[in-house]
Amino acid sequence: MSAVFQAVFAPGFFTSDPVRVALLAGGMAALVSGIVGTFAVMRGQSYAGHALADISVTGGSASYLAGISPLWGFAGVGVAAAAAMDLIGVQRRRGRDLATGIVRGAALGLAALFLYWGTTSTSTTGATVTILFGSIFTVSGPTAGAAALFGAVALGIVAVLYRPLLLSSASPELAFARGIPVRATGALCLVAVALAVSLSALTIGAILSTALLVGPAAAALRLTSRPGLAVLWAAVIGLAATWLGVLLAYDSYYWPPVHQGWPVSFFVVALVLVFYLLAQLAAARRAGRRPGQARPLAAGRDGAGA
Amino acid sequence: MVDGNAVIAAEPGLAADREQTLAVEGVSVRLGGREVLHDVRFTIQAGEFVGLIGSNGAGKTTLLRVILGLQKPAAGQVRIAGAARARQETAVGYVPQKIELDPDMPLRARDLVGLGIDGNRFGIPLPSRGRRGMVDETLDAVGAAAFADARVGTLSGGEQQRVMIAHALISKPRLLLMDEPLANLDIRSEQEIVSLLARISKERQVAVLISAHEINPLLPVMDRVVYMAAGRAASGTTGEVVRPDVLTRLYGHHVDVIHLHGRVLVVAGRDEEPAVGPRDDTHVLHTDQAVPDPDTAEDCP
Repeated sequence: MSAVFQAVFAPGFFTSDPVRVALLAGGMAALVSGIVGTFAVMRGQSYAGHALADISVTGGSASYLAGISPLWGFAGVGVAAAAAMDLIGVQRRRGRDLATGIVRGAALGLAALFLYWGTTSTSTTGATVTILFGSIFTVSGPTAGAAALFGAVALGIVAVLYRPLLLSSASPELAFARGIPVRATGALCLVAVALAVSLSALTIGAILSTALLVGPAAAALRLTSRPGLAVLWAAVIGLAATWLGVLLAYDSYYWPPVHQGWPVSFFVVALVLVFYLLAQLAAARRAGRRPGQARPLAAGRDGAGA
Repeated sequence: MVDGNAVIAAEPGLAADREQTLAVEGVSVRLGGREVLHDVRFTIQAGEFVGLIGSNGAGKTTLLRVILGLQKPAAGQVRIAGAARARQETAVGYVPQKIELDPDMPLRARDLVGLGIDGNRFGIPLPSRGRRGMVDETLDAVGAAAFADARVGTLSGGEQQRVMIAHALISKPRLLLMDEPLANLDIRSEQEIVSLLARISKERQVAVLISAHEINPLLPVMDRVVYMAAGRAASGTTGEVVRPDVLTRLYGHHVDVIHLHGRVLVVAGRDEEPAVGPRDDTHVLHTDQAVPDPDTAEDCP
């Protein structure tokens, strides 16, 4: 029994400080990204989330150059970009896609410049690795505090706006008819997305943060027809992928080819994909079990109230 | 205010005693210098089922927007249950036209109906017996209990329309407004939705006003009709309104009304025929499309 335990949890896993930091910071990022991501996916804002992640790289790399935690740059530039995206009109799809595409290109250009400076000034690839692939094992105390604050704000936004967001995600026209300020609701949701992305960018890296935002949510949408349960599933899947990823990254120190450990971001993203495929499989099996049913995703009639 | 050309005063005398749920009083609307509604007036009592009939661009959606308080009239006013219209009044349940629901959205029919109670409130709703009972009762009333737990985006057009009605009905409005609820429905669902709305208006004593291109699906159950053309309206019972002389005055050119197996066909007369009762207004918007055509695309306000 203890042999199995040792095989799963490599020696020192529970006593390592970096591991504790990673479980805490990564767990926080996963929780927030999963929950906020469910709304982003329901609202069709996953492209916006992706763009925010790219644009926030500029902020992250600038912060790195300035010698402060990249989290501030990720969050600051992300929230500003969210506001800008609302101003240029996220409502009209073509205008939105074009504007985001152009801004995104320019932002990545700036990020490339900053990362180049960061790399040449230190003669290491630290900047690039930290910004693009995250620093889950080395999040400092004050940064973790700020991350917790940002996460709380993001969760607060979606908790307070839960019903208006749900109704305007289902149909903006219906929400408008109910007197909901649809646009303001959407803009606030985008701010929550930007904050969630900044947490994920800090931990598993800017280019992989969308995986944590969109993946668990997409899987959750296959698993349940209930909005509340979908949010819960996304949080659980994100958390599981991140914690398992940290464990595997720790264990991989003893793996070939070189005994240096594999990057945790790789494991997290791979696990998100695995969970998504499992969810697809579960949905397909459920559909297959009831061949007469025209609606494969219909929940059972045993459900409790919303 | 007398404008015999466009408005047919057809209020039955005894109706004055009953409470008027909706009173549209001489409403005119100008948009971009164009008069899109001209002196529209009619009333609806509790429990009445009224069809708002007209082709594209006749002004149906604009009129609904005025009733909802989303559009300020240039003249006239709207009163709901005797009170001047205020925005976001719970007395009105409204279902907009052309709602597209995403089949991937994790939202059951019962969730959407629940959002009809408190969708505009902050915070996460706690499940309660009372809330669930209300949702079940309303789903039952619209015949949607069988698919209450299905994703609303995966339902058929007719099923979705039932859920929409429940969503609008659950807050117990006195007036139910629906914009083109029969668009994109097959004939059978069309009939089901029409008779459902008629039954609801009687059982719950709700005033129901629905807009439609086509008058025939509503003929068997409609208490009264508000017939619109080029921003003008004629209201009354179908017998009073759907007549060649009335519709010719409304359209401003000759119109024939043909009765066929309990249905009516409104067709444009030939141009050389003199119009009955020529209009004296100078701002008449000429419409060459006298026949309401359900196949034409966008209904612009």
